Parts: sequence; C-alpha cells; structure tokens
Amino acid sequence: MRAAALLLAAFAAAAFAQEAKRPSPLKPGPEFQSPDVRALQADDFANPGMLWVARGGELWRAPGANGKRCADCHGVDAVSMKGVSARHPRHDPSLGRLTDLSGRIDACRTRYQGGPALARESPDALALEAFVAHQSRGLPVKVSTEGPARAAFERGRALYFTRVGQLNLACTHCHDERWGRTLLAESISQGHATGWPAYRLEWQSLGSLHRRLRACFFGVRAQQPAAGSEDLLALELYLAGRAGGLAVEVPGVRR
Amino acid sequence: MSRRLFLQVAGGLAAGAALPAAAQANRILPVQDIAPLIEKITGGRPIDKRDVTVELPSLAENGNSVPLRIRVASPMSATDRVTDLHVFAERNPRPLIAAYHFGPAMARAQVDTRIRLAVEQRVFVIASLSGGRFLSGETHVVVTSAACIDEGI
Amino acid sequence: MAIARLQVPSTVRAGEAVEVRVLVQHPMETGFRREADGRAVPMNVVHSLVCRLGAVEILRAEFGTGVSANPYLAFWIVPPASGELVVEWVDDAGAKGRVAAPIAVS
Ligand code: HEC
Ligand code: HEC
Repeated sequence: MRAAALLLAAFAAAAFAQEAKRPSPLKPGPEFQSPDVRALQADDFANPGMLWVARGGELWRAPGANGKRCADCHGVDAVSMKGVSARHPRHDPSLGRLTDLSGRIDACRTRYQGGPALARESPDALALEAFVAHQSRGLPVKVSTEGPARAAFERGRALYFTRVGQLNLACTHCHDERWGRTLLAESISQGHATGWPAYRLEWQSLGSLHRRLRACFFGVRAQQPAAGSEDLLALELYLAGRAGGLAVEVPGVRR
Repeated sequence: MSRRLFLQVAGGLAAGAALPAAAQANRILPVQDIAPLIEKITGGRPIDKRDVTVELPSLAENGNSVPLRIRVASPMSATDRVTDLHVFAERNPRPLIAAYHFGPAMARAQVDTRIRLAVEQRVFVIASLSGGRFLSGETHVVVTSAACIDEGI
Repeated sequence: MAIARLQVPSTVRAGEAVEVRVLVQHPMETGFRREADGRAVPMNVVHSLVCRLGAVEILRAEFGTGVSANPYLAFWIVPPASGELVVEWVDDAGAKGRVAAPIAVS
C-alpha cells in the first residue's frame, strides 16, 4: 500500500517535471521560419498549399462511387466543417476509436460514398484533408483529452518523452528544451502541428503531419512508425493537447 | 526568341547536366560558361550592365524555391521597351532558368517568380530591348539548403 | 487534371495597370530525382506558358528545370480591351492546362 503510494508520488513528480518543460509562451511554427516562408504562407494566392485546398474543394463537390457527394450530407463546407479540424484527433463515437481528420474523411469515403479507402499521403487524401482543415483556419485548437481519449493521450505523452533512435533523443529534447536554437541550418520550433498538412519546400509538395513526424523519427535514426499507426495518432493527440489555444493555420508553409 | 531557340540555348550545356552523383553530393557544381548562350541571344552585340534589378533574398534557406523579382527601368512605350528577359544561374545543372517574351500590353518590365538554385551562386539576367539593344543585371545568393537530418518519406 | 489559379481584377479602368498572378500545380521534375526504390523520375517540366487577352498575346514564357515546382508567375499589364484573360501551358509529356478569367475595361 505504502509502496504503491510512493510509486504514485514518484510518477506524479516525474509528470510534473515533464510538464514544467512545456514551452512558454506558445509560439506557432511560422515564427521559426524565414520572412520569405512566412510571407508565402500568409499569401493566400501564392501559398502553394492552396492548390491542394482548391483540389479538395473539387472533390468535396464531386460524386463518390455511389453518386453521393460530401456536400450532399454535410451541406456548406464553410459551415459544417468549421472547427472540425480544431477538435481532431478525437475519439469518434461512430467509429469507436481515436481518429484524425484524414482517418475520419476516409471513413466517410468507404462508409458513405461506397468508395475504396483513400491511401494516406495520396494526392486526393491530402487535398480533402487540406480543404476540410482550411475551414478551421484561425480557430483555436481544442481537443478532448479526457474520457475515451484519455488512454491515447497518455500514450502520446509517454512517446513524446521516450528517447529513441541512435541519437537517443525524445521529442521533448528538441521541441521543449531546444526550441529557438539552430540545428544544422534549421531553426527548431516548438513542434506544434497547427499548420499541417503543410507545403514543405524541401518536399516541393504538400505533406501530412504523419510524414513530418516520420521525418523527425528518421532525424534521430529511429524506427519510423507507420503513417496512420496508433503511435502516430496518439502522438498527434498529445501534440494537439499541448498546442491547445493556438490557431489552426492550414495550409502551412515550411522550409 | 522562339521555343526552338530556347531549346538550343538550354541544351547548349546539356552535357553538364549529367553530373556524377558524387559531384552533386559534394555540391561542387562548376561555374558553366554561359558565354555561348548569351551569344545566341545577343548575336554578339554589346550588353550594358545597368537598369536591370535582380531581387533575391541574400540568403535562401532552401534552394528548391527562392523568390525572384526582375525589374528593368524602361518606359515600356511603343518605341522604347523591353521585349525579352533571359534568366541564368551558372551553377545550376541547366543554367538557363527561364525566358520571358513581352507583348505590347505589358505595363511594366517586371516579373515575379520562384526558382531553384543548386548552390550559392550568381543569378544573371539579360533584357532585350526594342531597337536591338541589351541590358543586364545580376545578384549573388547564398543557399543554405535544408538540414540533412530528415528525409522525404 | 491540372489545378491552377489565376488572379486578376475583374474590372479595370482604361489605361490602368493591373497585376496578373498565376500558380500552376506541377512537380517540375528535373530528371535528377529518384523514387524511394531507386527508379529515376524522368524530366518533365511545364516548358511553355502563354497569356492572352482575346487575340492579343501578352506574355509568353519558356521554363527549364530551374523554375520551382508548382510554378508561380506574376506580371503587370494594361488590358487593351475587355475580354477573357487566358493562360495556357504545356509540359514535356504533352499535358496541357488552361485557366481563364474575364476582365471588363471601363
Ligand atoms: C533532433 C531534434 C528533433 C527531435 C528529437 C524531434 N524533432 Fe520534430 N522537428 C525537428 C526539426 C528540425 C523540425 C523542422 C523545424 C521545425 O518546425 O521545428 C521539426 C518539426 C516538427 C514538427 C512540425 C512543426 C511545424 O510547425 O511545422 C512537429 C509537429 C514535430 N517536429 C514533432 C516532433 C515529435 C512528435 C517528435 C518526437 C517523436 C519530434 N518532433 C522529434 C527536430 C526534431
Ligand atoms: C451519406 C452521407 C455522408 C457523406 C456522403 C459524407 N459524410 Fe462525412 N459524415 C457523415 C456522418 C453521418 C458523420 C457523423 C459520423 C458518423 O455517424 O459516421 C460524418 C462525419 C464527418 C466528419 C467529422 C465531423 C465532426 O464533426 O467531427 C468529417 C470531417 C466528414 N464527415 C467529412 C466528409 C467528407 C470530406 C466527405 C466526402 C469525401 C464526407 N464526409 C462524405 C455522413 C456523410
């Protein structure tokens, strides 16, 4: 009994120490980009990510395999999809599991449009996700980390603080302890996901958050979890909880 | 200049495009001699080094997409105007980046675009003027490409 | 199918200079890139782009591999008359694209 209490206390202290490292004040990704990249993101015409948003808008209005359009069930995108991205990932009651926006859209494609699953990172999946997420631009991120989402959130938190790879670093070592510093030619941000899916100059394309996270795993020479895996979904939920209050900025532009 | 001439000019150094992988990795891209390409555009006539402004960030974070603005001081009148722009980057595997040909409805001798720069180098622009005259301008850019800590997929 | 964007004011006073902005979705493959499995991706760029207002050619451009992926171009014109501003392009694979926007000159 006493041992258990001590253990609990130790865990609580550890958790507190971890939380204490959280960046303050919270700064969104663009603050760590060059003026040119910031200007490109802010320019709604020249931001290349807007090409994917435009394509997503076409898909939103196009009939699916069974003839049903997203718009047939969801009506006006700017109304029905407003705020949806800001509360994802979430425990989706109709699916009975944690899902991110991309997974939710895919569920609608297979369940309600009679279509085949959308491969993650495929052009159409990215376009739809960017289009839906764009409807939440400017709204503060606010995900539920309680109830059915609690376990995934804790799993994400644990992953965030776990050292991995040949470099033996955890997310926290870069994004909580070293933000604002330069790593080779890149300046390290606080690691918020509010701009994703984002257009990366390095990729010369829009890419998903999971692709970005896999790049971080690669950066420390660690095994990369698969896109859409429970680990990356849990990390995504933890990141969203940690970024609570920052505004959605999709489509972001990054170097 | 016609599309065919662009291809001739662009292809002039095609051999240089097939750089050995090691050379690319080390980023020792040689400065290519663009004199023959320029000769094709000017026919050997003189070029005045003035009035062409080549705006680039002095330090580009990622060579995949560097904002470029070209401006030529020109009245753009019926008789005194810029007719063509040719943009070169001598250390790119294919140095001729783009050519622009202006019709009479162009209000300014100006274009904005985004270009790829393989390495730190000089970007050089020739403006062809009505009456067979030529102007040029250039700017030096440092390219600090993205940190090599992650990969694409 | 090609996604592209074209921005120009829909109404213009006669003699007024306005900016035309074009953004085309295209990878502008250099021919130097390799897929994850090592296959070389063949060169394929938008090699020619032309902007017309009615029958009047306003600007013609030729691009090489030095133009960034998803090419962006902006320039200033004085529209000589009302009409449809059309931008058309073609890539090395022969794929063509087009965007258009009406301009009313008053
Ligand atoms: C070795 C340092 C390092 C580690 C460890 C690391 N990252 Fe990153 N991360 C970076 C760099 C560098 C970037 C690109 C610049 C930036 O936006 O911070 C980045 C970008 C990001 C971004 C995008 C931020 C934006 O605004 O675009 C997120 C999100 C992120 N990392 C999350 C994580 C997570 C989650 C982990 C742990 C699995 C992690 N990172 C581990 C260095 C690191
Ligand atoms: C036949 C009707 C139908 C079609 C077609 C449809 N959906 Fe849905 N969608 C729903 C329903 C119903 C829900 C609520 C969850 C559930 O019951 O499955 C939902 C939920 C969603 C959500 C989550 C909303 C939230 O508040 O969390 C998103 C995002 C979404 N759909 C996007 C799309 C997109 C994008 C398309 C087109 C590719 C689409 N849907 C097509 C019926 C549809």
